[in-house]
Amino acid sequence: MTTLSEPVKSEPVRTRQNPLRGRWSRLPRSARWAVLAGVVVLAYLLPMEWLEPYLGFIPTTETDWASTLVIVAYYVLLALGLNVVVGYAGLLDLGYVGFFAVGAYTVAVLTSPDSSLHANWPVLATVPVAIVITMISGVLLGWPTLRLRGDYLAIVTLGFAEIIRVAATSAPFLRGQTGFTDVPHPPGKLPNGDPLFGVIDSKPYYWLGVTLIIIVILGVRNLDRSRVGRAWNAIREDEDAAAAMGVPTFKFKLWAFAIGAAVGGLSGAYFATYQQFVNSSTFVLFFSILVLAGVIMGGSGNIPGAILGGALIAYLPERLRGVKAPSWLGVQDLYEYRFLMFGLVLILIMIFRPAGIIPSRRRRMELADRAKEVTVGE
Amino acid sequence: MNVHAFLHNFWENTISGLAQGAIYALFALGYTLVYGVLRLINFAHSEVFMLGTFGAIITWQALGLDQDSPTPSFGPVVLYLIVGLAGAMVFSAVTATIVERVAYRPLRKRNAPVLAFLISAIGASVVLSELVGVLSRRKPRGVPRLVQPEAVFTIGGAEVTNLTIGILVVAFGLMFALDRFINRSRLGRGVRAVAQDPNTAALMGVNKDRVIMLIFILGGLMAGAAALLYDLKIGGTDFFAGFDLGIKAFAAAVLGGIGNLRGALVGGLILGILEPYTSSLFGTQWTAVTAFVVLIIILLFRPNGILGESLGRARA
Repeated sequence: MTTLSEPVKSEPVRTRQNPLRGRWSRLPRSARWAVLAGVVVLAYLLPMEWLEPYLGFIPTTETDWASTLVIVAYYVLLALGLNVVVGYAGLLDLGYVGFFAVGAYTVAVLTSPDSSLHANWPVLATVPVAIVITMISGVLLGWPTLRLRGDYLAIVTLGFAEIIRVAATSAPFLRGQTGFTDVPHPPGKLPNGDPLFGVIDSKPYYWLGVTLIIIVILGVRNLDRSRVGRAWNAIREDEDAAAAMGVPTFKFKLWAFAIGAAVGGLSGAYFATYQQFVNSSTFVLFFSILVLAGVIMGGSGNIPGAILGGALIAYLPERLRGVKAPSWLGVQDLYEYRFLMFGLVLILIMIFRPAGIIPSRRRRMELADRAKEVTVGE
Repeated sequence: MNVHAFLHNFWENTISGLAQGAIYALFALGYTLVYGVLRLINFAHSEVFMLGTFGAIITWQALGLDQDSPTPSFGPVVLYLIVGLAGAMVFSAVTATIVERVAYRPLRKRNAPVLAFLISAIGASVVLSELVGVLSRRKPRGVPRLVQPEAVFTIGGAEVTNLTIGILVVAFGLMFALDRFINRSRLGRGVRAVAQDPNTAALMGVNKDRVIMLIFILGGLMAGAAALLYDLKIGGTDFFAGFDLGIKAFAAAVLGGIGNLRGALVGGLILGILEPYTSSLFGTQWTAVTAFVVLIIILLFRPNGILGESLGRARA
């Protein structure tokens, strides 16, 4: 409950909370670039075999480390896309997996020999098509529903994902559980003539994923700092006030939806070519909820936060594979308990860091500001 | 589109849809109550229901009944049903209370943003469902055969069984009681006051924390009753029983107008009836999306649901 006693002072909030961030923003620009470059280089080197001994307990024991990193990469892409919708524009989307599915199916339908279209397009040509189609599906979903208030949007988007899943399961054209096989890998050959992207070595796929992530980060970050991003901020903080100030709220919400959808579609396309197989059982609702939890757990509205959250939800379950549980638990593998632990972690993080592990600075100020005006139940 | 099957099974579908709809409605009340007061989607409510389905089975087991026991005679059956109902309701209400204490109250004390509540509710939901999953070894559990469905009378050639009548009587009875409670009792007035304006209510001496506890308990009790009816109708349950049903019940609450008790009833019944209609018109595989397609269409024309949001306002 709010008290009317003391107004929250904004000055101490900014400096007191995170000494690390203060130090980071005080670094000279060149040093910050150097650190970022180091992080990028490390990200690319992560799957190298010679690096594994130095990583200690980090690499997965049961699953191939590079393949795990590919999973991490497409989750991070999803988290970045959802971050635009949830973190920037403040639209609660519970059915984000729907866009991932549209992207993956577009690639599969256009390339797989199982498809009744028999289009057999080259894979790279289908990726822009997948992005455009998911964008259109985002606009089609957003057009009627973005006029609704936040919580209604949540259930409608959840419904959208469910409609996509049921359509994928039931419509003969999308082949249900049987799915599409032999979705081709992207082209490219190694010097010795072996294909660059194949099943044996996942490293090139991971590098492709990191490259896509960097491109998406650059795009999203520039958008956030442009007029569009300011409009999103205004809409998230107070939609009515934004509209009163002349921000065309519906248009910018639709943009957020479309851009988020496009990134989801890109991730879906990446997933489809890596797996080479797309069927309806991948796109369950829980998947959307998982990604949403990742974004908010990491720190919604903040790119490093979204990346961390997305990476954690993909990586932790894989890491738990093959970890011996204490004998009194009665199971061999902690992997059995992954969701149980995931749920507990979610509750704990939300209690102790309600704005996420790496909260966005603006978000935190908003939060302190909002504590004065309104909280849940008031 | 199979119009013939639709017309042929019209009454049968309507009757079974009403029974299913009554369960949705009871279940939806929990979402509506919490939303009406806290403006919060209580994502963990589906697990509150799921624990109720197990609560009834555990209660019966404690009384020495399992799924292979023969059906007892009429007198004991009524007793068993009442005890089972009480067991399920207590289980669900206790679960709802724990969820409120562990996943919501600490966040409320810290003025967390709305999304944080949603995520900790999702966390609570995952924990509960996995906990039951681990304890039940992820296997479905059967329900003792207490009620053998028998036709009592027929409407338009469709049989109305004793089970359907029982479900409708219990569901409508409880919903009527809840409606009276919220609209007539002193505690109910507190709930409406907090829903309308929490700060003013607090200034008028309403204990907000107690009201919030109360709505979670009420929602839990209703979900427990829905859980028992579900047990009897389906004949079994598993740790995942809450998820799909919960999403549909939430859709029903939004359909009727979330935060509105009578809206939950209307939404639940409409959804319950439309599902079998769609499955005979378009095929069973499309049943799962009925809820959402109807929801989107209704929200286009009535953005606040059929009856509108109104817990605490003049009407509900």
